[in-house]
Amino acid sequence: MTELPLIGEAIAVAAEPRLAGARIGVVTFPGTLDDRDAARAVRLAGGTAVPLWHADTTLGDVDAVVIPGGFSYGDYLRAGAIARFAPLMSKIIDAANSDAKLPVLGICNGFQILTESHLLPGSMIKNDHLKFMCRDQVLRVENSNTAWTLDYTAGQEITVPLKNQDGQYIADDKVLDALEAEGRVVFRYVGFNPNGSRRDIAGISNAAGNVVGLMPHPEHAVEVGFGPESLDGIGGSDTDGLGFFTSVLNKIVGGNK
Amino acid sequence: MPRIVVDVMPKPEILDPQGKAIVGALPRLGFTSFSSVRQGKRFELTVEGEVTDAILAQAREAAETLLSNPVIEDVVNVEVVEA
Repeated sequence: MTELPLIGEAIAVAAEPRLAGARIGVVTFPGTLDDRDAARAVRLAGGTAVPLWHADTTLGDVDAVVIPGGFSYGDYLRAGAIARFAPLMSKIIDAANSDAKLPVLGICNGFQILTESHLLPGSMIKNDHLKFMCRDQVLRVENSNTAWTLDYTAGQEITVPLKNQDGQYIADDKVLDALEAEGRVVFRYVGFNPNGSRRDIAGISNAAGNVVGLMPHPEHAVEVGFGPESLDGIGGSDTDGLGFFTSVLNKIVGGNK
Repeated sequence: MPRIVVDVMPKPEILDPQGKAIVGALPRLGFTSFSSVRQGKRFELTVEGEVTDAILAQAREAAETLLSNPVIEDVVNVEVVEA
């Protein structure tokens, strides 16, 4: 499979060779859609993508895991509810909670799976307007200290695609207050709240900052010619999502940029 | 064969977007007496043979762990229905 951009030669990002040793597992469940894009994002950021299957009983030697978006098990029961009990998920939950603090990123359906797994608090319900929504979305990075946001700066605004039906983040006020107080609101919607999420929350982390979940899709904004800038020019760049992947790769190889 | 019925409802404090859409549609059909609708889920678990206390306890545990998400939903009823 070629790693060249699909159009032109205009890729702006030169991946650092030293990152190739970092192995990022990308989990596929029945109904996952964005595993290929997530793996491609890992590779474009310079890392090595390792396909993981939901029925696997071992994580192998991966250094981090991405749980991509899609409709695992057709969103039956609740989004993420059945995937949460897949054999591989128990390994991921243990590794995320262990002293090694395996970095885990849940995108969209992956975020829903992480809340169902209780790795992240709260839950997602249907968008307040009841419609599926697909748009380019401006986010503010509120916390640049998590494993997945180190390459951003706090307060930085990025634009990445958003596409979901059950994207309304909810939790009770006590949980929301605790998330705010502990700096665990990692991303907030800017300008427009696309789904009625409480306090404009687009993504959160666990207390240790190794587990991050968000509804928008950074893995769809990693390549010149395919990101928000090319589509409607509302801001940001085509590659605003790449920082998620370079952040974790840099953290794994232990280097500072 | 007996079935165990499990009813799950969105928590009272959680906005139920589906119920809200339904209550908006009712008056358009002339059903004007209903001020609010909340939509829940009903599960029917079929049991081969007799429903023992242990099986009922399993159903309750399944209801709390898989069939509902305690963050957003309550298990409001678990009962045995003979076929």
